[in-house]
Amino acid sequence: MQDNEEYIIEFKNISKTYSEGVDALDDISFSIKKGEFVFIVGPSGSGKSTLIKLLLKEIEPTSGTIKVSGKDSSKIKRRNIPKYRRNIGVVFQDFRLLGDRSVFENVALAQRVIGAPKWRIEKNVASVLSMVGLTEKLMTNPNELSGGEQQRVALARALVNRPGILLADEPTGNLDPKNAWSIMELLDEVNKLGTTVIVVTHNPEVVDMMQKRVIAVNAGKLTHDESKGGYAYERY
Amino acid sequence: MKGINVLLYSLKQGIKNIRQNGLFTLASVGTISACLFLFGIFYFIVSNFQYMVKNAETSVGVTVFFDEGISDETIQAIGDNIRNREEVIEVKFVSAEEAWENFKKDVFSDEENEISETFGADNPLKDSASYEVYLNDVSRQGSLIKYIKKLDGVREVKGSAEAARGLGNINRLVGYVSAAIIIILLAVSVFLINTTVSMGIVVRKEEIGIMKLVGATDSFIRLPFVIEGVVIGIIGAVIPLIVLRFMYSGIISFIADKFAVLSDILVFLDAGKVFGILIPVSIAVGVGIGFAGSLWTMRKHLRV
Ligand SMILES: Nc1ncnc2c1ncn2[C@@H]1O[C@H](COP(=O)(O)OP(=O)(O)O)[C@@H](O)[C@H]1O
Ligand SMILES: [Mg+2]
Repeated sequence: MQDNEEYIIEFKNISKTYSEGVDALDDISFSIKKGEFVFIVGPSGSGKSTLIKLLLKEIEPTSGTIKVSGKDSSKIKRRNIPKYRRNIGVVFQDFRLLGDRSVFENVALAQRVIGAPKWRIEKNVASVLSMVGLTEKLMTNPNELSGGEQQRVALARALVNRPGILLADEPTGNLDPKNAWSIMELLDEVNKLGTTVIVVTHNPEVVDMMQKRVIAVNAGKLTHDESKGGYAYERY
Repeated sequence: MKGINVLLYSLKQGIKNIRQNGLFTLASVGTISACLFLFGIFYFIVSNFQYMVKNAETSVGVTVFFDEGISDETIQAIGDNIRNREEVIEVKFVSAEEAWENFKKDVFSDEENEISETFGADNPLKDSASYEVYLNDVSRQGSLIKYIKKLDGVREVKGSAEAARGLGNINRLVGYVSAAIIIILLAVSVFLINTTVSMGIVVRKEEIGIMKLVGATDSFIRLPFVIEGVVIGIIGAVIPLIVLRFMYSGIISFIADKFAVLSDILVFLDAGKVFGILIPVSIAVGVGIGFAGSLWTMRKHLRV
């Protein structure tokens, strides 16, 4: 197909069986265009995080092909995985910040990993922290921040290398509604700046409010794929 | 540029690991220090012993006596034959007159006048001209004696004491035993570094996970741990070197004092010679242990 090139992510007949014999995903196919904002919803254990892990190449599919930016991801050599991941930012429910260093150093880690010089690290970290509204907290320890603020730090770290894709696995799972909403607004803003955003969530209000594309999975099967959808509980 | 940024960051992280890993770092540094301290002591012993043996070897010789009434040409020919052997360092001719003078000095010393009166100008040792032959290797003395005995004009060949011949064997034994002990100690050090670095990896599991997610290469993740191992190795080498350097002169004068009787045999290498080798070897071994220990750990725990 010719219009393949505009898809930044393509899943074709993806199945994943974990070595313990659990079928986490069963023949899933979908495509995401560059610059899209997509929710992935579904009950606990339905295979949402497995999708994220496949995209990060933490695991490999049992069958099927995944293409990212038109390239078959199974063809990426082990030693090139780090480079591949630099184009994918990711945040998790549990923030995964390091408590032994400042907010600045947490965000800077993503830049140090790519060998950026000091001046550029300082410039980029400052600019991304101002975007998430944490300029004042530069030297604070993340443990002294609220959950919402911690998730913003994590988001800043995911974005500081300017990835083309941002993955968020239940980013608001540990946040109160107000903070959850402000994170969603940030994700929307990031998306408007051109980044493809994929958000796994359990939060029906948010999904209903945002009116974005929704991919629903249940027991490893794709049950619904609707642009400008709602959470649609009744389908499960 | 990129490489330098990465190296600087890794260096900082490696040193941070060392500090945060305090107790294990201390244990590793302690063990390597102990190993290299013992290594230093063994090296003192072996190198000095070897030096002494070498001295002894070259001062133990074979003495060759000639048939009566032999011509100067034949003596010359015997000397040439012996000199041509590759284990021979030096062949010294001792004339009958010299032998007599030496004998007089050794035996009568003070009473020279009396002796001169008794013997007059006659030399009672007039057939005792000889060659003194010095070897580079005591163990080849036997075969050399056999060879010389077959030469024309040779009356008698006297070897040095049996004890001298044993020196070479003892030296070799000391070398083997110390090598074995040092190898065991080095293995213990590698094991301890492995434990230390493993601890560091366990403690940093979360950080390593995050680094992988943001696209760190394997070598970027490993470098701080390798640096940690190598720095531990270097510190573990420098400490015993300093201690040993202060001890060396003390040990020598202590031994020389206690065994003053053996002052002929107890010739020590000077500190410059010993440490000229010990310093680079110890540091290389320290770095090697640190490198091997941390690399081994990487293979086990950091299949990233
Ligand atoms: N590493 C694993 N080994 C075995 N089974 C797993 C593993 N990870 C996830 N699973 C199983 O796969 C299924 C999907 O898990 P996951 O993708 O985490 O679901 P979700 O994120 O939607 O809650 C679940 O049944 C889960 O128990
Ligand atoms: Mg999940």
